[in-house]
Amino acid sequence: MGHKTITRADLAEAVYQSVGLSRTDSAELVERVLELISHALVEGENVKLSSFGSFQVRSKNERIGRNPKTGEEVPILPRRVLVFKPSNVLKSKINKSMVGAGK
Amino acid sequence: MIKSELVQKLADENPHLFQRDVENIVTAILDAVGDGLANGDRVELRGFGAFSVKNRPARVGRNPRTGEKVDVSEKYVPQFKAGKEIRERLNN
Repeated sequence: MGHKTITRADLAEAVYQSVGLSRTDSAELVERVLELISHALVEGENVKLSSFGSFQVRSKNERIGRNPKTGEEVPILPRRVLVFKPSNVLKSKINKSMVGAGK
Repeated sequence: MIKSELVQKLADENPHLFQRDVENIVTAILDAVGDGLANGDRVELRGFGAFSVKNRPARVGRNPRTGEKVDVSEKYVPQFKAGKEIRERLNN
């Protein structure tokens, strides 16, 4: 498990293999897809990609945290966090290939 | 935003491409991430975030209503950690 790390270059390669575009254009499209998703999230929109999963922006209230080293109390400011909820399709795809595969 | 809206935005930016191809491009990207995870690979997209797969070992669970023991088999769950850049953009 975890033999490899997939990066943008691998996604660009997948685009290159799927449509007859140059590698440069393929890499640019990967970049645009990530930016369009990021932009929507920054605008506070949720992004739902069917059979993959959804990205949701959650707002967190301020709370009191503690510096674990010094025990000092520090306020954790209200902030927005990004969460990913995998679709059932993605979850079962991963389980089918991983469970029992001895990985 | 749903997948078809993402496809539409990308198609608007790329008038030289067929809508069908744009759809295949988005699908190819998502499949590449999903296939990687299904292989147990980590998917790291700088600035955006990283996907990984975590193992949840088999355990004995309990039906909270009846207290009855139930075997829960081993499973693998995908995880996502947002990247630094997007975390900063969300809070500015």
